[in-house]
Amino acid sequence: MKKQPCKILVVDDEPDLEPLMLQRMRRRIRAGDYSFVFAGNGIEALERLRQDGDIDLVLSDINMPRMDGLALLEQIPQVDPNIRSVIISAYGDMQNIRTAMNRGAFDFVTKPVDFEDLTITIDRTMRNLFEWREALSSRDKLVALQNELDVASSIQQSILPTQFPKSDDYQIAANMEPARNVGGDFFDILRLEQGRVGIAVADVSDKGVPAALFMMSSRTLLKGAAIGSDTPGDVLREVNDLLNEENDATMFVTVLYAMYDPETHKLTYANGGHNSPLVVHADGSTELLPLTGGIALGIIPGIHYKQTSVDLAPGDTVFFYTDGVTEAMNEEGEEFGIGRLEKVFEPSPPTDSDTATDAVFEAVHAFAGDTAQSDDITCVTFHRTAS
Amino acid sequence: MEANTGQEDGALTSWTVAETDNLTIQARREGGTLTAATEGRIDGANARLFLEALEGAIEDSDTAVLLNLSELSYISSAGLRVILQTAKALRGQQAQFALCSAKGPIREVFEISGIDQIVSIHDSEADALASFGS
Repeated sequence: MKKQPCKILVVDDEPDLEPLMLQRMRRRIRAGDYSFVFAGNGIEALERLRQDGDIDLVLSDINMPRMDGLALLEQIPQVDPNIRSVIISAYGDMQNIRTAMNRGAFDFVTKPVDFEDLTITIDRTMRNLFEWREALSSRDKLVALQNELDVASSIQQSILPTQFPKSDDYQIAANMEPARNVGGDFFDILRLEQGRVGIAVADVSDKGVPAALFMMSSRTLLKGAAIGSDTPGDVLREVNDLLNEENDATMFVTVLYAMYDPETHKLTYANGGHNSPLVVHADGSTELLPLTGGIALGIIPGIHYKQTSVDLAPGDTVFFYTDGVTEAMNEEGEEFGIGRLEKVFEPSPPTDSDTATDAVFEAVHAFAGDTAQSDDITCVTFHRTAS
Repeated sequence: MEANTGQEDGALTSWTVAETDNLTIQARREGGTLTAATEGRIDGANARLFLEALEGAIEDSDTAVLLNLSELSYISSAGLRVILQTAKALRGQQAQFALCSAKGPIREVFEISGIDQIVSIHDSEADALASFGS
């Protein structure tokens, strides 16, 4: 038996979208995966849904004459509650996206439409619809599925730790200030066996829900790999291999993963394409930890990640950060740079992790002034207590 | 956008692939080698435009693609992702791919992320074209 193509109703008042969609999706149309019908506004879309009766998925713009996409979302369940909707929204328009999600949209894509992402979104939506149809008898399962993407939109903040381990030997503090869109940076602090502590700071390429989902899996895999391994190089290797197993969207994540052992006062770290941590010594002198030459994770499988160790003296402070710190721009278009980060502590070296972290953010804010923040800013501060 | 129409194989054509306030891409095709020169900055906001411009410029028949980054002032991780996507697509059509003439800070971004170990980066267009062989 030949499978039925997924029938997609595209609703947009831009007439240009129809030929573009048919052109960009031609392979999937030819393969019998998708078929498309089009409508110019919400009213036309409802007529089409009633007339055809076999539409699986509605892909709708928000701003349209006569009936907009948000109003359409409210009407669709009256025609067929099992139709899935995907919204096309302006980039970063979280308010409309939230409204759309609240009105039952399953997912969204942003303009300009990335057709690769759109294909992934359609396929994921169809998988969900298939499961939904399979599971129509089980109401609990349906509720869980429906909530899945609401969760994704707030995933970035929710996965960050808020409590940091402290001991007589060391203190840790961290902060992440997100840019306007979902996705991007994350960090993690892991309590490991024998009093050791794992510190990860990471930056996912790109933003939006696919990036947030990639971030979520990166963080989960990293946590899983770090617990039960005292070898940071192996941790990155394992995460990289797992991320490569299913990464059609060519996303990647740069990760600096370090492990501190309070017994030996050694910090052992491996670097997957991330910025070098900065060490500020008790006397105010600074050094960038040497790179270990690793490639960002998710790009090629089967590679080995080198690790290296440094001894931390009492009073040493290590700053793990993302390029949101060093590439923050001022009104003249200059970057904050590593030099300005070093200068923050020139007058007085850090004595505790909380004030040192605050000082980094204050310096970046003062430098950037009113310039819009274009990237997430993350800093994790590790301070070895002075004896 | 102008198409490369009616040219004999080996002829040279050049055209503007994309032109916005902060990113301009000029392409040139000689034989099966496409050279695209990027000027300006590539960040999360225009990375998709960058990808679509490259996808639009590259033909199935191209055997080598060179990105000249001499006038590029900034590239974010979203831009690096586009370069990786392009590298992957070109491997799929068995075409060669290289970058050239990146300024110090741009080159550093490729080195830190380790992408210079995946995509070859040359000092000049001449070096890159020589690496493609004839």
